[in-house]
Amino acid sequence: MDAEFFRAWIAEIAAVVEVQRDHLTQLDSAIGDADHGVNLARGFSAVQTALAAADTPTPGSVLLLTGSTLISKVGGASGPLYGTWFRRAAKALGDKPEVELPDLADALAAALEGVKKLGAATEGDKTMVDAQAPAVAAFSKAVAEGAAAPAAFAALTDAADAGAHDTIEMQARKGRASYLGPRSVGHEDPGAASSALILHALRDVAARQAG
Amino acid sequence: MKKLINSPDTVVTDALAGIAAAHSSLAVDIENKVILRAGGPRAGKVGLVSGGGSGHEPLHGGFVGYGMLDAACAGEVFTSPVPDQMLFATKAVSGGGGVLHIVKNYTGDVLNFQMAAELADDEGIEVASVVVNDDVAVQDSLYTAGRRGVGATVFVEKIAGALAERGAPLAEVAAVAAEVNERSRSFGVALTSCTVPAAGKPTFDLSEQEIELGIGIHGEPGRTRAPLQPASAIVEIVMDAINSDMAVDGDLLVMVNGMGGTPLIELYGAFNEVSKYVTAHSGRIARNLVGNYITSLEMQGFSVTVCHLTDTLADLWDAPVDTPGLRWGR
Repeated sequence: MDAEFFRAWIAEIAAVVEVQRDHLTQLDSAIGDADHGVNLARGFSAVQTALAAADTPTPGSVLLLTGSTLISKVGGASGPLYGTWFRRAAKALGDKPEVELPDLADALAAALEGVKKLGAATEGDKTMVDAQAPAVAAFSKAVAEGAAAPAAFAALTDAADAGAHDTIEMQARKGRASYLGPRSVGHEDPGAASSALILHALRDVAARQAG
Repeated sequence: MKKLINSPDTVVTDALAGIAAAHSSLAVDIENKVILRAGGPRAGKVGLVSGGGSGHEPLHGGFVGYGMLDAACAGEVFTSPVPDQMLFATKAVSGGGGVLHIVKNYTGDVLNFQMAAELADDEGIEVASVVVNDDVAVQDSLYTAGRRGVGATVFVEKIAGALAERGAPLAEVAAVAAEVNERSRSFGVALTSCTVPAAGKPTFDLSEQEIELGIGIHGEPGRTRAPLQPASAIVEIVMDAINSDMAVDGDLLVMVNGMGGTPLIELYGAFNEVSKYVTAHSGRIARNLVGNYITSLEMQGFSVTVCHLTDTLADLWDAPVDTPGLRWGR
């Protein structure tokens, strides 16, 4: 997977987030402040503009610019959190021109750690961590066991979907939804939902390239 | 929901341009979405920077001026501004005496200001931060993001701004800001939801016969719902919530704040109920504000903020202030 692959991933995220913008905002209306879809659409649109204007020769440089742009453009909690997510992944990839599945697994694990630290969140708090943590674990396991790309990416997105779905029954302990206490139960966490979308975009781009 | 706007995409910048056109005492950087005092920083004076999502006007931009803030960063509606804006504002107001960031305790605001403070530190500007968390509707526990910062933000900005204007050093300005926050409590009630322009529909549904208790300032749902009842009964719920956390006795600064869509005739009616409640609990309203100071777009509803005054805090409250939102003594 080269820089072109990662630019395609970001383009796919931008497209998916635009399509899912109202859905994400709807989820955020229930337990937050109704801006998640709008903010991510604005942020990834800005990332697309930044990537078009910059020279990003390595996977790491694509993700670093993505993260920095999200921090600069999105605001709210999702800007610093997703910005940190991409920047940590970028730093893990370093300046390799091509990365393999184990590199990607390490990068996603580093990204997760960055978000957990910044948001002081752990699994079960009803946040994006609840989609990312099982996804990273499943992907790392599949890659370590030598799974081929399609199986590894399927493990990634299946676990992310299940993790996002599991947030419905959780009571929020972080972020704005935590102010609702027990009333946050019964709604999917918008950050977990958008994390699943971002990982789906990764799988779709990988499948398209393989196909 | 009808809105007097050109488009949801330009609602923030259109308002900033209007603020610039209306107030020659301010310098508005539309590109960075930062409102500054015209004339730049005063050498040696501690700079006060606040900011947050838009939709709470006059907070924060309306409180930039003599005796209060030096700069306010405007985010998108109900969305925290970004670190770049905060760094820009911090550099612009830095007169060599350090800069105080006044941050409302919302996850996004805290994360972005934290990043901005680190960036400012890299550039050699001393930054102190106070996180306002006065909302008694939220339990401060391991199981929440902590109490939200709401009405006390206005008190913190006014009182810390007055002390900074007198030339006090950063540590003292930060300490008085923290003291005001610790002595303040708030509780809010919504009669209707509000509509974020980009979302186009109300954030939550509330029937004609229901009110939402314990709201924040972003149209987010509160803790519980209750039937609509007379103002006296609603104020009693609000004041009981505050009083059970911090007794409303002694000399008090009290704000009855409208959420944007409640007429003054109702806010004054509510203030009358608050006044009776305080008197019955051995308190005295020594200073007050009644009006729209920290709003949630066009939401109907109100919040009450109570601060226990000391002679020093009362003196700083009375000190001259000259901003679009608060003006006296000068």
